[in-house]
Amino acid sequence: MLKDITIGQYFPGTSVVHRIDARFKIVITAVFIVMLFSASNYSALCVPLVFFAIAFMASKLSAKLMIKSMKPIVPVIIITSILNIFFIDGVSVIKIWKLNITDNGLYTSGFMIIRLIALICGSSLLTYTTSPITLTDALEQMLKPLAKIKFPAHELAMMMTIALRFIPTLIEETDKIMQAQKARGAELDSGSIPQRAKALVPILIPLFVSSFRRAEELALAMECRCYNGGEGRTKLKTLVSGGKDYAALSLSIFFLSVVFILDLGKVSF
Amino acid sequence: MEEIIKAEDLTFWYSDIDEESGGTENRVTVFEDLDLKIEKGSFTAILGHNGCGKSTLAKHFNAVLLPCGGKVYSAGYDTSEADRLFDIRRHVGMVFQNPDNQIVASVVEEDVAFALENMGVPQEEMRQRVDEALKAVNMYEYREHAPSQLSGGQKQRVAIAGIIAMRPDCIVLDEPTAMLDPVGRREVIKTIRRLNREEGITIVLITHYMDEAAKGDRVVVMDKGKVILDDTPQNVFSHVEMLKSVGLDVPQSTQLMYLMEQSGMPCDLHVINETACADFLYRLLTKTKLEVSLDNKA
Repeated sequence: MLKDITIGQYFPGTSVVHRIDARFKIVITAVFIVMLFSASNYSALCVPLVFFAIAFMASKLSAKLMIKSMKPIVPVIIITSILNIFFIDGVSVIKIWKLNITDNGLYTSGFMIIRLIALICGSSLLTYTTSPITLTDALEQMLKPLAKIKFPAHELAMMMTIALRFIPTLIEETDKIMQAQKARGAELDSGSIPQRAKALVPILIPLFVSSFRRAEELALAMECRCYNGGEGRTKLKTLVSGGKDYAALSLSIFFLSVVFILDLGKVSF
Repeated sequence: MEEIIKAEDLTFWYSDIDEESGGTENRVTVFEDLDLKIEKGSFTAILGHNGCGKSTLAKHFNAVLLPCGGKVYSAGYDTSEADRLFDIRRHVGMVFQNPDNQIVASVVEEDVAFALENMGVPQEEMRQRVDEALKAVNMYEYREHAPSQLSGGQKQRVAIAGIIAMRPDCIVLDEPTAMLDPVGRREVIKTIRRLNREEGITIVLITHYMDEAAKGDRVVVMDKGKVILDDTPQNVFSHVEMLKSVGLDVPQSTQLMYLMEQSGMPCDLHVINETACADFLYRLLTKTKLEVSLDNKA
């Protein structure tokens, strides 16, 4: 069950999307999110969707994978859309008992659903096509100018690298602890929700303790390999940007301006 | 011969200050006036039971711990000189027991490059040294794998590559095989021996496996913070009773010879590996056969 986690999973490939400089990909994803949230009507909302469709086609990833990435947010989508349908004022369309479904409610919740789905798909596309290590490298380089105002850019990137590195190790360890507790008679898969939550305590405590021990050993091993912070460090791989990166960025900015134009053109639906 | 590590009158204690009884200090002494020299290019195994101070000693070799009394010189530097810390660690690398807890990056080659990145090695040189290091431990084809996809032995070899990329003169390995399966153990020991023979890197192997210690040129046996035996493996393992009295075993071949001695048969306690043992038994058997056949003729 723990093996199904897809957060931050990377699917290697050689498509254009894979090869775009990670720094540009992060900026483009940000532009995409701005597009989604600045679109104020359905026709403007179509623009980021078209943009996503182009990027998705270019990435040559399977649609199945994208659908799989949606799974964890299905409950969130359902809850927000239900709340939106019922609690937004407007002209009543259907009335069930005391609950009004309004035209505005339908309109807004449809909008929310599309936005949320597009948001998850867009950011998944970033993590699916960029290796975590490149992603942290890109973040480190993007945040580097902030080091002047004492922002710990290198430390942050280092922490992310280590966190990513230890995800599989800790998952494996959790599995082992769960098995060990089951062997001692712990019931993890049955009982009411509060009971199950309580059953997690004997798993989390050993996991925490061992993480601290690992952290200590890792720190020692890092020191033995001459680690002394970000100063004077060089890199095995540096990010290089080229024509295609600028082209992709320009494309995203073009789409963003289309969204703005459509927003201005039709103030209300 | 020139020594790479020299401990002189090394004294070390762990102190834990008891707050309740008004700050009295409880000292747990690990060593007192310990002297040890490790020669350049040698393969030394340090053997000892749990808690005999062998890991604590190893940590003095690259200034992870500093002596409470006496001096430790590593690669020509006094380990208590704080500004020489990185020079010492560059020359004397250290590999730990758990391979999972010493790999930093999520790609093999990035991890091997970690020390070089810290040292500020230029990019082209770094690429070359990373490749060399990976080839030296036979992990080059795995350079783009994630460490979590590798077996324990492979991970430990990546950890060793991460150290040899620094081009150290000496590698201290603190029970590098304790968490590995037999296959992984063989891989690691083979790698260490090759590095010692072909690259001339001094190896200090801390272990409690007798068979691994027997592969060294020299075995140092520690008990309660003292060096009790320090000689070639053949000579060390011939002290079967002494080793047993401090809770250690001898290699199986030596054990066989010891049992033969006990039952009054001819034996050679300097036999420490299977080949030598088989040779000895063969010679013994052919000799007795000869004697038996001579007896028959008479």
